[in-house]
Amino acid sequence: MSDAAPCTIRFVVNGRAVDVDAHPMARLLDVLRVELGLTGTKEGCGEGECGACSVLVNGELVNSCLTPVLQAAGATITTIEGIAGADATLSALQQAFIEHGGAQCGICTPGMIIAATSLLARHPDPTEAEVRTGLAGNLCRCTGYMRIFEAVMKAAAR
Amino acid sequence: MRSFLPHYSLVAPSSLPEVLALLGMSPPRRPFAGGTDLMVLLEAGTLPEGGYVGLWHLQELRGIKDSGEAIEIGALTTYTEIASHPLLQADWPLLCRAAEETGGVATQNRGTIGGNIANASPAADTPPALIAYDAELEIVSTRGTRRVPYDRFHTGYKQMDLGADELIARIHLPKRPGSWRQYYRKVGTRRAQAIAKVCMAVACDINADGVVDDIRIALGSVSPTVVRARAAEAALRGHGLTDATITAAEAALEREIAPIDDIRSTARYRLRVARALLREALRL
Repeated sequence: MSDAAPCTIRFVVNGRAVDVDAHPMARLLDVLRVELGLTGTKEGCGEGECGACSVLVNGELVNSCLTPVLQAAGATITTIEGIAGADATLSALQQAFIEHGGAQCGICTPGMIIAATSLLARHPDPTEAEVRTGLAGNLCRCTGYMRIFEAVMKAAAR
Repeated sequence: MRSFLPHYSLVAPSSLPEVLALLGMSPPRRPFAGGTDLMVLLEAGTLPEGGYVGLWHLQELRGIKDSGEAIEIGALTTYTEIASHPLLQADWPLLCRAAEETGGVATQNRGTIGGNIANASPAADTPPALIAYDAELEIVSTRGTRRVPYDRFHTGYKQMDLGADELIARIHLPKRPGSWRQYYRKVGTRRAQAIAKVCMAVACDINADGVVDDIRIALGSVSPTVVRARAAEAALRGHGLTDATITAAEAALEREIAPIDDIRSTARYRLRVARALLREALRL
Protein backbone atom coordinates (compact mmCIF):
# COMPACT_ATOMS: atom_id res chain seq x y z
CA MET A 1 0.00 0.00 0.00
CA SER A 2 1.42 3.35 -0.97
CA ASP A 3 0.43 4.95 2.33
CA ALA A 4 2.66 2.45 4.17
CA ALA A 5 5.60 4.44 2.84
CA PRO A 6 7.25 7.03 5.04
CA CYS A 7 5.59 10.40 5.06
CA THR A 8 6.91 13.78 6.07
CA ILE A 9 5.66 14.87 9.46
CA ARG A 10 6.23 18.37 10.74
CA PHE A 11 6.20 19.39 14.39
CA VAL A 12 7.99 21.63 16.84
CA VAL A 13 10.25 20.03 19.41
CA ASN A 14 11.80 22.07 22.21
CA GLY A 15 11.14 25.26 20.25
CA ARG A 16 12.68 23.99 17.00
CA ALA A 17 10.55 23.25 13.92
CA VAL A 18 11.44 19.88 12.40
CA ASP A 19 10.41 17.79 9.38
CA VAL A 20 10.92 14.07 9.75
CA ASP A 21 10.41 11.30 7.23
CA ALA A 22 8.89 8.42 9.12
CA HIS A 23 6.33 5.67 8.93
CA PRO A 24 3.13 7.22 10.31
CA MET A 25 2.79 4.42 12.87
CA ALA A 26 6.41 4.71 14.06
CA ARG A 27 6.63 5.37 17.75
CA LEU A 28 7.22 9.02 18.60
CA LEU A 29 9.84 7.65 21.03
CA ASP A 30 11.91 6.18 18.17
CA VAL A 31 11.57 9.28 16.01
CA LEU A 32 12.79 11.49 18.87
CA ARG A 33 15.71 9.25 19.72
CA VAL A 34 16.81 7.88 16.35
CA GLU A 35 15.79 10.53 13.82
CA LEU A 36 16.28 13.60 15.99
CA GLY A 37 19.04 12.41 18.34
CA LEU A 38 17.04 13.39 21.41
CA THR A 39 18.18 10.44 23.50
CA GLY A 40 17.23 11.96 26.85
CA THR A 41 13.81 10.35 26.48
CA LYS A 42 14.25 6.74 27.63
CA GLU A 43 12.56 3.49 26.72
CA GLY A 44 11.62 1.37 29.70
CA CYS A 45 8.80 -1.10 29.16
CA GLY A 46 7.60 -0.06 25.70
CA GLU A 47 4.01 -0.70 26.75
CA GLY A 48 2.85 2.35 28.67
CA GLU A 49 3.43 0.97 32.15
CA CYS A 50 6.60 2.75 33.30
CA GLY A 51 6.55 6.37 32.07
CA ALA A 52 10.28 6.48 31.22
CA CYS A 53 9.40 7.75 27.74
CA SER A 54 7.14 10.59 28.96
CA VAL A 55 7.08 13.74 26.84
CA LEU A 56 4.70 16.69 26.61
CA VAL A 57 2.60 16.97 23.44
CA ASN A 58 0.82 20.34 23.29
CA GLY A 59 1.49 20.55 27.02
CA GLU A 60 -0.15 17.19 27.75
CA LEU A 61 1.75 14.32 29.32
CA VAL A 62 1.93 11.28 26.99
CA ASN A 63 3.93 8.08 26.75
CA SER A 64 5.94 8.51 23.55
CA CYS A 65 6.15 4.71 23.16
CA LEU A 66 2.37 4.62 22.68
CA THR A 67 2.14 7.63 20.38
CA PRO A 68 2.29 7.00 16.64
CA VAL A 69 4.27 9.87 15.16
CA LEU A 70 1.31 10.77 12.93
CA GLN A 71 -0.43 12.04 16.10
CA ALA A 72 2.46 14.47 16.58
CA ALA A 73 1.86 16.19 13.22
CA GLY A 74 1.52 19.92 13.85
CA ALA A 75 2.10 19.51 17.58
CA THR A 76 4.44 21.28 19.96
CA ILE A 77 6.55 18.77 21.86
CA THR A 78 8.73 19.17 24.91
CA THR A 79 11.27 16.51 25.82
CA ILE A 80 13.67 16.47 28.77
CA GLU A 81 16.19 18.35 26.60
CA GLY A 82 13.75 21.28 26.51
CA ILE A 83 13.22 21.59 30.26
CA ALA A 84 16.37 23.46 31.25
CA GLY A 85 16.71 27.11 30.19
CA ALA A 86 18.55 28.13 27.01
CA ASP A 87 21.65 28.90 29.08
CA ALA A 88 21.44 25.39 30.59
CA THR A 89 20.01 26.71 33.86
CA LEU A 90 18.21 23.79 35.48
CA SER A 91 14.50 24.10 36.19
CA ALA A 92 13.41 24.29 39.83
CA LEU A 93 12.33 20.64 39.57
CA GLN A 94 15.65 19.47 38.15
CA GLN A 95 17.51 21.39 40.88
CA ALA A 96 15.25 19.90 43.58
CA PHE A 97 15.78 16.35 42.26
CA ILE A 98 19.55 16.87 42.65
CA GLU A 99 19.30 18.42 46.10
CA HIS A 100 16.86 15.86 47.52
CA GLY A 101 18.31 12.70 45.99
CA GLY A 102 15.40 12.24 43.59
CA ALA A 103 17.61 10.46 41.04
CA GLN A 104 19.75 7.37 41.40
CA CYS A 105 20.38 5.23 38.32
CA GLY A 106 18.71 7.90 36.20
CA ILE A 107 16.64 5.84 33.78
CA CYS A 108 13.30 7.00 35.15
CA THR A 109 14.48 10.55 35.84
CA PRO A 110 13.70 12.24 32.50
CA GLY A 111 10.16 10.80 32.61
CA MET A 112 9.77 11.77 36.27
CA ILE A 113 10.84 15.35 35.53
CA ILE A 114 8.48 15.58 32.56
CA ALA A 115 5.54 14.11 34.53
CA ALA A 116 6.30 16.40 37.47
CA THR A 117 6.55 19.41 35.12
CA SER A 118 3.10 18.52 33.77
CA LEU A 119 1.78 18.09 37.32
CA LEU A 120 3.07 21.48 38.49
CA ALA A 121 1.59 23.15 35.40
CA ARG A 122 -1.83 21.79 36.43
CA HIS A 123 -1.36 22.01 40.22
CA PRO A 124 1.25 24.66 41.06
CA ASP A 125 0.74 24.00 44.78
CA PRO A 126 0.05 20.25 44.89
CA THR A 127 -0.84 18.13 47.89
CA GLU A 128 1.27 15.04 48.40
CA ALA A 129 -1.70 12.98 47.18
CA GLU A 130 -1.74 15.00 43.94
CA VAL A 131 2.00 14.41 43.53
CA ARG A 132 1.48 10.67 43.99
CA THR A 133 -1.36 10.63 41.46
CA GLY A 134 0.57 12.79 39.01
CA LEU A 135 3.54 10.41 39.11
CA ALA A 136 1.51 7.19 39.37
CA GLY A 137 2.39 6.25 35.79
CA ASN A 138 6.15 6.62 36.36
CA LEU A 139 8.01 3.72 37.91
CA CYS A 140 11.32 4.02 39.74
CA ARG A 141 13.17 0.92 40.91
CA CYS A 142 15.86 2.73 42.97
CA THR A 143 14.66 5.56 45.13
CA GLY A 144 11.55 4.16 46.79
CA TYR A 145 9.74 7.31 45.55
CA MET A 146 9.85 9.26 48.83
CA ARG A 147 12.76 11.44 47.75
CA ILE A 148 11.11 12.04 44.40
CA PHE A 149 7.87 13.15 46.05
CA GLU A 150 9.90 15.32 48.42
CA ALA A 151 11.78 16.93 45.52
CA VAL A 152 8.53 17.77 43.73
CA MET A 153 7.00 19.27 46.88
CA LYS A 154 10.14 21.34 47.47
CA ALA A 155 10.23 22.55 43.86
CA ALA A 156 6.58 23.59 44.11
CA ALA A 157 7.31 25.57 47.26
CA ARG A 158 9.98 27.65 45.49
CA MET B 1 8.93 -9.56 18.66
CA ARG B 2 8.10 -6.10 17.38
CA SER B 3 5.83 -5.74 14.41
CA PHE B 4 7.30 -4.96 11.00
CA LEU B 5 6.06 -1.45 10.21
CA PRO B 6 6.00 -1.78 6.38
CA HIS B 7 3.18 -4.32 6.85
CA TYR B 8 1.00 -1.55 8.27
CA SER B 9 -0.45 1.66 7.00
CA LEU B 10 -2.04 4.53 8.86
CA VAL B 11 -3.93 7.39 7.28
CA ALA B 12 -5.82 10.20 8.96
CA PRO B 13 -8.51 11.73 6.76
CA SER B 14 -9.85 15.02 8.02
CA SER B 15 -13.56 14.25 8.36
CA LEU B 16 -15.85 11.54 9.71
CA PRO B 17 -17.49 10.77 6.31
CA GLU B 18 -14.04 10.10 4.82
CA VAL B 19 -13.18 7.85 7.76
CA LEU B 20 -16.43 5.89 7.35
CA ALA B 21 -15.80 5.51 3.62
CA LEU B 22 -12.40 3.94 4.36
CA LEU B 23 -13.88 1.63 7.01
CA GLY B 24 -16.44 0.50 4.43
CA MET B 25 -13.87 -0.46 1.80
CA SER B 26 -12.68 -3.99 1.18
CA PRO B 27 -10.52 -5.08 2.88
CA PRO B 28 -11.70 -2.76 5.64
CA ARG B 29 -9.27 -0.54 7.46
CA ARG B 30 -9.44 -0.68 11.22
CA PRO B 31 -10.03 2.35 13.44
CA PHE B 32 -7.10 3.67 15.46
CA ALA B 33 -7.97 6.14 18.25
CA GLY B 34 -5.58 7.21 21.04
CA GLY B 35 -3.30 4.21 20.57
CA THR B 36 -2.88 3.24 24.22
CA ASP B 37 -3.99 -0.33 23.50
CA LEU B 38 -3.04 -0.77 19.82
CA MET B 39 0.52 0.54 20.21
CA VAL B 40 1.10 -2.05 22.95
CA LEU B 41 0.06 -4.77 20.50
CA LEU B 42 2.27 -3.24 17.79
CA GLU B 43 5.28 -3.42 20.08
CA ALA B 44 4.41 -6.98 21.11
CA GLY B 45 4.10 -8.05 17.46
CA THR B 46 0.43 -9.01 17.83
CA LEU B 47 -1.34 -6.10 16.13
CA PRO B 48 -3.20 -7.46 13.08
CA GLU B 49 -1.37 -6.35 9.93
CA GLY B 50 -3.04 -4.11 7.38
CA GLY B 51 -4.53 -0.67 7.07
CA TYR B 52 -5.63 1.59 9.91
CA VAL B 53 -7.55 4.85 10.00
CA GLY B 54 -6.41 7.41 12.55
CA LEU B 55 -9.27 9.09 14.42
CA TRP B 56 -7.41 11.15 17.00
CA HIS B 57 -7.93 14.52 15.30
CA LEU B 58 -11.69 14.11 14.62
CA GLN B 59 -13.18 16.91 16.71
CA GLU B 60 -16.73 15.82 15.83
CA LEU B 61 -16.31 12.69 17.95
CA ARG B 62 -14.90 14.49 20.96
CA GLY B 63 -16.46 16.19 23.95
CA ILE B 64 -19.39 15.92 26.34
CA LYS B 65 -22.73 17.63 25.91
CA ASP B 66 -26.17 17.73 27.46
CA SER B 67 -28.85 16.87 24.88
CA GLY B 68 -31.75 17.36 27.31
CA GLU B 69 -32.73 13.73 27.82
CA ALA B 70 -29.22 12.36 27.97
CA ILE B 71 -25.59 13.21 28.27
CA GLU B 72 -23.69 12.48 25.07
CA ILE B 73 -20.04 11.57 25.24
CA GLY B 74 -18.08 11.57 21.99
CA ALA B 75 -16.25 8.27 21.52
CA LEU B 76 -12.88 10.05 21.29
CA THR B 77 -13.32 11.78 24.63
CA THR B 78 -10.32 10.97 26.80
CA TYR B 79 -10.30 9.66 30.36
CA THR B 80 -8.83 12.99 31.45
CA GLU B 81 -11.75 14.89 29.93
CA ILE B 82 -14.27 12.49 31.48
CA ALA B 83 -12.70 12.54 34.95
CA SER B 84 -12.70 16.34 35.10
CA HIS B 85 -16.08 17.13 33.53
CA PRO B 86 -18.47 18.97 35.91
CA LEU B 87 -21.69 17.38 34.52
CA LEU B 88 -20.30 13.89 34.91
CA GLN B 89 -18.79 14.63 38.31
CA ALA B 90 -22.20 15.81 39.53
CA ASP B 91 -24.47 13.02 38.30
CA TRP B 92 -22.35 10.25 36.78
CA PRO B 93 -19.48 10.06 39.27
CA LEU B 94 -18.83 6.34 38.72
CA LEU B 95 -17.64 7.12 35.22
CA CYS B 96 -15.25 9.77 36.56
CA ARG B 97 -13.95 7.30 39.15
CA ALA B 98 -13.43 4.65 36.47
CA ALA B 99 -11.63 7.15 34.23
CA GLU B 100 -9.27 8.33 36.92
CA GLU B 101 -8.41 4.76 37.92
CA THR B 102 -7.50 3.74 34.36
CA GLY B 103 -3.71 3.81 33.98
CA GLY B 104 -1.72 6.91 34.88
CA VAL B 105 -2.03 10.52 33.69
CA ALA B 106 -0.31 9.83 30.36
CA THR B 107 -2.69 6.97 29.53
CA GLN B 108 -5.67 9.05 30.63
CA ASN B 109 -4.60 11.86 28.29
CA ARG B 110 -4.63 9.57 25.24
CA GLY B 111 -6.97 6.70 26.07
CA THR B 112 -10.51 7.25 24.77
CA ILE B 113 -13.80 5.89 26.05
CA GLY B 114 -14.75 4.56 22.60
CA GLY B 115 -11.40 2.81 22.40
CA ASN B 116 -11.92 1.32 25.84
CA ILE B 117 -15.27 -0.11 24.66
CA ALA B 118 -14.05 -1.36 21.28
CA ASN B 119 -10.92 -2.94 22.75
CA ALA B 120 -13.51 -5.17 24.46
CA SER B 121 -11.35 -6.22 27.37
CA PRO B 122 -13.37 -7.96 30.09
CA ALA B 123 -11.08 -6.15 32.55
CA ALA B 124 -11.75 -2.62 31.26
CA ASP B 125 -12.62 -0.04 33.90
CA THR B 126 -15.26 2.20 32.32
CA PRO B 127 -17.68 -0.47 30.98
CA PRO B 128 -19.10 -1.51 34.39
CA ALA B 129 -19.96 2.14 35.07
CA LEU B 130 -21.56 2.46 31.61
CA ILE B 131 -23.75 -0.58 32.27
CA ALA B 132 -24.77 0.75 35.68
CA TYR B 133 -25.92 3.91 33.91
CA ASP B 134 -27.93 2.12 31.15
CA ALA B 135 -25.65 3.59 28.50
CA GLU B 136 -26.52 3.28 24.82
CA LEU B 137 -24.00 3.30 22.01
CA GLU B 138 -24.55 5.32 18.85
CA ILE B 139 -22.89 3.42 16.03
CA VAL B 140 -22.30 4.93 12.62
CA SER B 141 -21.29 3.68 9.18
CA THR B 142 -21.91 4.66 5.57
CA ARG B 143 -25.13 2.61 5.93
CA GLY B 144 -26.48 4.94 8.62
CA THR B 145 -26.76 5.27 12.39
CA ARG B 146 -28.06 2.78 14.94
CA ARG B 147 -28.31 2.52 18.69
CA VAL B 148 -27.36 -0.47 20.84
CA PRO B 149 -27.98 -0.81 24.57
CA TYR B 150 -24.49 -1.18 25.97
CA ASP B 151 -25.35 -4.14 28.20
CA ARG B 152 -26.01 -6.14 25.02
CA PHE B 153 -23.02 -4.92 23.01
CA HIS B 154 -20.37 -7.43 24.13
CA THR B 155 -21.37 -10.86 22.88
CA GLY B 156 -18.41 -13.02 23.90
CA TYR B 157 -14.72 -12.76 24.70
CA LYS B 158 -13.49 -9.85 22.52
CA GLN B 159 -16.68 -10.23 20.45
CA MET B 160 -19.11 -7.38 19.96
CA ASP B 161 -22.07 -6.16 17.99
CA LEU B 162 -19.96 -3.97 15.69
CA GLY B 163 -19.42 -4.53 11.98
CA ALA B 164 -16.03 -4.00 10.34
CA ASP B 165 -17.40 -0.90 8.61
CA GLU B 166 -18.92 0.55 11.79
CA LEU B 167 -17.56 3.00 14.32
CA ILE B 168 -18.73 3.84 17.83
CA ALA B 169 -19.54 7.54 17.55
CA ARG B 170 -21.10 8.48 20.88
CA ILE B 171 -22.16 7.09 24.22
CA HIS B 172 -25.53 8.25 25.54
CA LEU B 173 -26.20 8.27 29.28
CA PRO B 174 -29.94 8.70 29.93
CA LYS B 175 -30.92 11.03 32.75
CA ARG B 176 -32.63 9.36 35.67
CA PRO B 177 -35.27 10.78 37.96
CA GLY B 178 -34.71 10.69 41.71
CA SER B 179 -31.56 10.03 43.59
CA TRP B 180 -29.68 6.83 42.99
CA ARG B 181 -27.11 5.42 45.35
CA GLN B 182 -23.91 4.78 43.44
CA TYR B 183 -20.91 2.59 44.06
CA TYR B 184 -17.71 1.83 42.16
CA ARG B 185 -14.70 -0.11 43.27
CA LYS B 186 -11.78 -1.53 41.38
CA VAL B 187 -9.62 -4.07 43.17
CA GLY B 188 -6.12 -4.44 41.74
CA THR B 189 -2.61 -5.22 42.93
CA ARG B 190 -1.73 -1.58 43.31
CA ARG B 191 -3.93 1.52 43.43
CA ALA B 192 -2.37 3.13 40.40
CA GLN B 193 -1.70 1.70 36.96
CA ALA B 194 -2.98 -1.82 37.77
CA ILE B 195 -5.41 -3.89 35.71
CA ALA B 196 -8.42 -4.96 37.76
CA LYS B 197 -8.72 -8.34 39.49
CA VAL B 198 -12.39 -7.47 40.03
CA CYS B 199 -14.28 -4.27 39.39
CA MET B 200 -17.90 -3.49 40.32
CA ALA B 201 -20.27 -0.64 39.59
CA VAL B 202 -23.71 -0.39 41.21
CA ALA B 203 -26.50 2.16 40.78
CA CYS B 204 -29.47 1.62 43.06
CA ASP B 205 -32.78 3.42 43.59
CA ILE B 206 -34.09 2.80 47.11
CA ASN B 207 -37.52 4.22 47.99
CA ALA B 208 -38.65 5.89 51.21
CA ASP B 209 -39.61 2.49 52.69
CA GLY B 210 -36.09 1.19 52.17
CA VAL B 211 -37.15 -1.09 49.32
CA VAL B 212 -35.01 -1.45 46.18
CA ASP B 213 -37.15 -0.01 43.38
CA ASP B 214 -34.49 -0.52 40.73
CA ILE B 215 -30.86 -1.52 40.56
CA ARG B 216 -28.01 -2.10 38.10
CA ILE B 217 -25.01 -4.19 39.01
CA ALA B 218 -22.09 -4.63 36.60
CA LEU B 219 -18.72 -6.30 36.95
CA GLY B 220 -15.41 -6.47 35.15
CA SER B 221 -12.77 -9.25 35.19
CA VAL B 222 -15.18 -12.02 36.28
CA SER B 223 -16.52 -13.27 32.94
CA PRO B 224 -15.52 -13.40 29.24
CA THR B 225 -17.06 -9.92 28.91
CA VAL B 226 -17.92 -7.14 31.28
CA VAL B 227 -21.27 -8.37 32.63
CA ARG B 228 -24.50 -7.11 34.08
CA ALA B 229 -25.49 -9.23 37.10
CA ARG B 230 -29.17 -9.62 36.27
CA ALA B 231 -29.84 -12.49 38.71
CA ALA B 232 -28.37 -10.53 41.63
CA GLU B 233 -30.42 -7.50 40.55
CA ALA B 234 -33.59 -9.65 40.48
CA ALA B 235 -32.84 -10.97 43.96
CA LEU B 236 -32.78 -7.40 45.25
CA ARG B 237 -35.50 -5.64 43.25
CA GLY B 238 -38.64 -5.19 45.37
CA HIS B 239 -36.90 -6.14 48.62
CA GLY B 240 -35.52 -4.25 51.58
CA LEU B 241 -31.79 -4.54 52.15
CA THR B 242 -31.92 -7.10 54.93
CA ASP B 243 -29.09 -9.50 55.66
CA ALA B 244 -31.11 -12.35 54.15
CA THR B 245 -31.75 -10.41 50.92
CA ILE B 246 -28.11 -9.43 50.57
CA THR B 247 -26.99 -13.02 51.17
CA ALA B 248 -29.45 -14.22 48.52
CA ALA B 249 -28.12 -11.61 46.07
CA GLU B 250 -24.54 -12.68 46.75
CA ALA B 251 -25.47 -16.29 46.06
CA ALA B 252 -27.20 -15.29 42.82
CA LEU B 253 -24.15 -13.25 41.83
CA GLU B 254 -21.84 -16.18 42.47
CA ARG B 255 -23.93 -18.37 40.16
CA GLU B 256 -23.99 -15.91 37.26
CA ILE B 257 -20.32 -14.94 37.03
CA ALA B 258 -17.54 -17.20 35.80
CA PRO B 259 -14.16 -15.88 36.94
CA ILE B 260 -10.99 -17.71 35.96
CA ASP B 261 -7.47 -18.22 37.28
CA ASP B 262 -5.03 -16.05 35.31
CA ILE B 263 -1.85 -14.04 35.78
CA ARG B 264 -3.65 -11.39 37.81
CA SER B 265 -5.71 -13.43 40.23
CA THR B 266 -7.58 -16.65 40.93
CA ALA B 267 -11.20 -17.64 40.39
CA ARG B 268 -11.60 -18.29 44.11
CA TYR B 269 -10.31 -14.87 45.11
CA ARG B 270 -12.41 -13.11 42.49
CA LEU B 271 -15.60 -14.84 43.63
CA ARG B 272 -14.92 -13.92 47.22
CA VAL B 273 -14.12 -10.30 46.38
CA ALA B 274 -17.13 -9.98 44.07
CA ARG B 275 -19.42 -11.08 46.91
CA ALA B 276 -17.72 -8.73 49.35
CA LEU B 277 -17.99 -5.78 46.96
CA LEU B 278 -21.71 -6.40 46.48
CA ARG B 279 -22.21 -6.47 50.25
CA GLU B 280 -20.18 -3.29 50.63
CA ALA B 281 -22.14 -1.56 47.86
CA LEU B 282 -25.50 -2.45 49.40
CA ARG B 283 -24.54 -1.38 52.88
CA LEU B 284 -23.45 2.12 51.95
